[in-house]
Amino acid sequence: MFPSRIWRESKHRYRLEAGKCKKCGKIVFPYRLICPECGHREFENINLPDTGKLVTYTVIRVAPSQFTDQAPYAVGIAELANGVRLLAQIADCEIEKLKVGMDIRIEFRRIQTDGHHGVLSYGYKFVPKWY
Amino acid sequence: MRDVAVVGIGMTKFGEIWEKSFRDLYVEAALAAIDDAGVDHLDSMVIGCMTSGLFVGQEHLGSLMADYLGQKQLAASRVESACASGGLAFRTAFLEIASAASDIVMAGGVEKMTDISGDGATYALAAAADQEYEVFHGATFPGLYALMAVAHMNKYGTTRDMLSAVAVKNHHNGSMNPYAQYPFKVTMDQVAKSVKVADPLNILDCSPITDGAAAVILTTVEIAKKLGKPIIKIIGSGHATDAIALHSRDDLTTLKATTVAAEKAFKMAGKTIKDIDFAEVHDCFTIAELMVMESLGLYTPGKAGQAVLNGETALDGKFPINTSGGLKSKGHPVGATGVAQVVEVVKQLRGEAENGRQLKSNPKVGMTQNMGGSGGSTLVHIMEVA
Ligand SMILES: [Zn+2]
Repeated sequence: MFPSRIWRESKHRYRLEAGKCKKCGKIVFPYRLICPECGHREFENINLPDTGKLVTYTVIRVAPSQFTDQAPYAVGIAELANGVRLLAQIADCEIEKLKVGMDIRIEFRRIQTDGHHGVLSYGYKFVPKWY
Repeated sequence: MRDVAVVGIGMTKFGEIWEKSFRDLYVEAALAAIDDAGVDHLDSMVIGCMTSGLFVGQEHLGSLMADYLGQKQLAASRVESACASGGLAFRTAFLEIASAASDIVMAGGVEKMTDISGDGATYALAAAADQEYEVFHGATFPGLYALMAVAHMNKYGTTRDMLSAVAVKNHHNGSMNPYAQYPFKVTMDQVAKSVKVADPLNILDCSPITDGAAAVILTTVEIAKKLGKPIIKIIGSGHATDAIALHSRDDLTTLKATTVAAEKAFKMAGKTIKDIDFAEVHDCFTIAELMVMESLGLYTPGKAGQAVLNGETALDGKFPINTSGGLKSKGHPVGATGVAQVVEVVKQLRGEAENGRQLKSNPKVGMTQNMGGSGGSTLVHIMEVA
């Protein structure tokens, strides 16, 4: 993975930066150039909350090469307190205890190591809240 | 708009076709379609292919295939919409004739997916998902459909048996299709106990990695009459997109692009789902078939699973789905799939389906639904015996 590709996304992945439409209030994550709700083009920079609820999940058992050492691992979509949804791995969980609707918090973690260039990438993962 | 008909169909056997090259697969299907139609020339050709660049390192398909098909200086192009590339090629050809830009057009589709080792195919297919916000986090294609399956099960009580019933039905149909990659039957128990891929989806919930090609010839109804072939008229065509990232969609249990594409096709045809006799739909995973049935308006949300268990979509059911075996049993060479669906609908409407899978109900109107990625694009077509 080319380093600039990782660097460009870092403000979203490291700090959960998102855009809030200055006209209709729609929050876009990641950042976009035009609001998908109202077509406005100015956004206020905000940070997403770090807690939410799991909307759905799966356990990946057949994994791509950069993730085979982590398999089986859980991936889910969470809805954050402000309604924004995002997809991430669910870390530090017991796979059997995953449930739609469970509370999660977002933590900063290592995501993958690119075998070819050896580039490490970091970002967010979900962690069930009671851990 | 001019009236457009399908007058020729052709396809290769689907499977792991080690002995045939990417270009030979395409030309074999194309020649079969030309022979079937009996046309003496083409005005243009549109090829659907998802990602030959990643699978075989080959782009620039319009020119390559025109050359190998012996069509010097033919206007030829390639279109892409992930797994809906074939459907898009068909629509592009349809519009070209309807608008009077061309009279005789081939719509083809091709994918060579087994000339690649390890997780190369997984990587290539993942290019249809959101690379930075899905694939980056370790989501796979079965994983994305699994996320929709869990949401659907949670909301509607959809069960393991309902998913399995889709696979059992489609393999039953595919067992009668000489072109199918996996023409064998499976049992409910085999599906439920097959190897886990992405919970709740097992390997027998997933369509396979496939080599194959399909092609059809479209022309005006006027020219079709002169050719003397059965005239299968395209009466509706619909195309719509959706966010490719699942988390950017409001509802994970429905396929909005499918609903909108179908509405457009129905409007053009002046028909509703009640006027359709059977359909070929995009069952890349078992859950997809259920969600498509609901998104097309054939069943209310949450009711498709029980309908499949009841046999309502079987060959002798009230609305047969995937008489060809679907992507599940017939195979899923991604760029070819949308065109192969048209091949099956035309066979059924002509009464030419092989080995006892021909519908006994004497169908007059058939439909295809071809979907890209996890539902980020959809093409719907309605065809009628003229
Ligand atoms: Zn806005």
